[in-house]
Amino acid sequence: MERGDDYEKRRERVKNLTDVELKDRFWELLNKIVEPIVEEARTHTSPSIERSVLLRMGFSSIEAKALVTNISERGLLGRGAGGIVYRVAVKNKIDVRSAGLGLIEGKYWEDIDP
Amino acid sequence: MRRPMKRSDKLNLEKKIDVAKIIEGLSDYRPKRKGWTWRKAVPNQEIGPFVYKDTSEALKNSVPLPSAHYFGNIDPQCDFVITTEIASGRFEDDIRRMRMAAWHGADHIMVIRTTGQSHFDGLIEGTPEGVGGVPISRKQIRASRKALDLIEEEVGRPINFHSYVSGVAGPEMAVLFNEEGVNGAHQDPQYNVLYRNINMHRSFVDAACAKALMADAKILQIDGAHNANATAREAWKVMPELLVQHGINSAFSLAVGMERENIALSTVPPTAPPAPKLYIDLPYAVALRDFFNGFKFRAQQNTRYMESDTSEATITHVLDTLISRLTSADIQSTITPDEGRNVPWHYNNVLGVNTARQTLMGVDGFTEMIELKEDSPLDKKVREIKERAVLFLEEIVDMEGYFAAVEEGHFVDSGNFPERVGDGIKRAADGGVAAGSILRREADYMAPVCCHFGENHLPDGIKKPCDLIDGCTLCEPGKIVYIDELDEEDNVTRRLETPLKEKEAGLIRPEVEWAGDGVVCVTVMVPDPPDVGEAAALIMAEKMGLKDPEVIHRRVMHPAEGTLFEVKGRLDFAVNRADLVIPKKEVPVAEDEIREYIRKRGVSVVAATVGEDEHSVGMREIIDIKHGGIEKYGFVCHYLGTSVPVAKLVDAAVETGSKIILISTIITHNDIHRVNMRRLADLAVERGLRSDLVLIAGGTQVTDDTAKESGMDAGFGRGTKGHDVASLIVKRLRGEV
Repeated sequence: MERGDDYEKRRERVKNLTDVELKDRFWELLNKIVEPIVEEARTHTSPSIERSVLLRMGFSSIEAKALVTNISERGLLGRGAGGIVYRVAVKNKIDVRSAGLGLIEGKYWEDIDP
Repeated sequence: MRRPMKRSDKLNLEKKIDVAKIIEGLSDYRPKRKGWTWRKAVPNQEIGPFVYKDTSEALKNSVPLPSAHYFGNIDPQCDFVITTEIASGRFEDDIRRMRMAAWHGADHIMVIRTTGQSHFDGLIEGTPEGVGGVPISRKQIRASRKALDLIEEEVGRPINFHSYVSGVAGPEMAVLFNEEGVNGAHQDPQYNVLYRNINMHRSFVDAACAKALMADAKILQIDGAHNANATAREAWKVMPELLVQHGINSAFSLAVGMERENIALSTVPPTAPPAPKLYIDLPYAVALRDFFNGFKFRAQQNTRYMESDTSEATITHVLDTLISRLTSADIQSTITPDEGRNVPWHYNNVLGVNTARQTLMGVDGFTEMIELKEDSPLDKKVREIKERAVLFLEEIVDMEGYFAAVEEGHFVDSGNFPERVGDGIKRAADGGVAAGSILRREADYMAPVCCHFGENHLPDGIKKPCDLIDGCTLCEPGKIVYIDELDEEDNVTRRLETPLKEKEAGLIRPEVEWAGDGVVCVTVMVPDPPDVGEAAALIMAEKMGLKDPEVIHRRVMHPAEGTLFEVKGRLDFAVNRADLVIPKKEVPVAEDEIREYIRKRGVSVVAATVGEDEHSVGMREIIDIKHGGIEKYGFVCHYLGTSVPVAKLVDAAVETGSKIILISTIITHNDIHRVNMRRLADLAVERGLRSDLVLIAGGTQVTDDTAKESGMDAGFGRGTKGHDVASLIVKRLRGEV
């Protein structure tokens, strides 16, 4: 988009604000702009987020990558990779690491509820 | 389990850091702390002869500024944290550079990532070599942090370690940084979108998660807005946008739980001379600090207009630093003066740090004497920048949001908003790297770990998410899985083979970046125009024995009279330590011993600055009791003044019965200093007095060797103290030398 500098015209609506009001307006607009973005982040996930969960559960980066790839290929990532591994561990009464390593080897997938 | 630091690990300031030892035992090394550390300000601090207003606690070990020896070797430390950016591609060499920078006052070490890491889908492991930066891996971070843990003990001040949480693996990097005690990180999803073309939805979704992890470890976040003035064609016109970019990342960070005090705005004064820099940059700096009061400010120096001239860059950086002091800053970042021409060389990191600290010491306290004028053009400009930023935000809202505004190319447009030139960066909301890779969290979405941002459907009654798995790595670091190396060839152990072998053999090579890289830089002024001059300069460098010579800087002195070149090249040989003849350091006679010897004998000296030379300061410092000169040991000094003919000195020696003549000779034009020394020696011989007299010369260009060649008994150069001269005289009178 190309546009000349119409600052003098546009500023009509802000020029009478005090410095404090102008600052408040700045932050009010910013909060309005980021609100839907924060909401999207709160309700969505990504492969990197899921790998970060697995890292925190005690998997190596290589294991985390293999697990997320496998879980994603089966369309299960929206349930949370960590949640999947945790539930497999509970169901089989094993620790989460054994559950995750088992999943990488192709085990336990049938234990996951559809 | 934290591996305790052993006493034997402590650095010895006379020895090089043992990189091989640093990379031993990393698998169970844990950092000493998490989170950012600020310097501790000390108001009205007395240091040497001065009272400082803007300084912090002193260092235990450091290299003071070059002129410090005139002021009792003081090394005052400013109250801003000082950053240096290090990026050679090999962390094992960067560690040595970090140590050098720390000794010059850097306490924020920023490690630049290798090219391409932001598009790497996952974490890198091991220690492969990088390009224009280091591949950030757990091993690299752990080794660097371990080295910094030792270095900070050596200098006596905490050092903040910093890298980047961006790209398509942001959340994983944030886990890594949280676990490994990284203290600061760049995190700004807008950077991903605009400069790395990573899908915008993915960037922001990942960023929320990464920020929550950073907030937990109190990692100081630095945003990426400054890149707009490094990118825009006319950087000074993007000031309204800079406020907008800082605002979006800051508002987003606050909304996902980061504390204001851990959010730092990365701000760069946008212009450089010959632009009227302060007139343009100061209003911007003030506007930013008004709108973002309470946040931290990381003041960066300008890179947009830097080319190969390192002194030009330095002057711009001094002015940038002046703006920091005139407004405010929490961190003063530094840019190496050679960044415009090559991947920074290590000694230029030191020069960059010194630019900031020398400037900040020079302006210490001056804000008590001056203030920025109200009701001046400054206020008007500040208000205009703020209004333009608010108008920018209004338009984003009208366009239905940030993503739409990016799609329209509203960012990094060279127009001063509302003006639009149409050269902004456009990105599609459904395009870019990793497009379509985010997905909605389902009703049973769960993540049984701490610091997880967003919806998380944990079983009822669970207070701490990781109770479900008996602790996550953030609570139980023992669960972290450490990978050492994945590549048998491309790793630090392989790279260290040659340098370690050469060290063992006692070989020494020059270097600027990597151990023994052999690179040197020579300055050549060729009295010819640039084209002819450059061809000649390259041949000259080649004849000096430099391999692959390359002109890295040229500056015309006059279109016909001459051109200055800096030529880099590689020196293809090593010096053997065993072949070196190193002069033994003189051990001076103890002060009390001198006093006793001189008092008993009533020794007198005659002293003067000789020739047509009016410099008196150097000689006064050597003899005057006020300056710690030789009078304090009981010498009787007959000072004859300046521009004294040598004959007058010899006459005075005879008249006063002095056996010692001290001359000062500062001017060196046509080697007149040598001529003066020779004249004195010859005259003493002619008069048959030579064997009865001790002749000593001093001056900035005098050395013991040149003095002796010119017939003196001894010579003293720059930095000489009365004690050195008195000690020599006593040794001479006792017949020891």
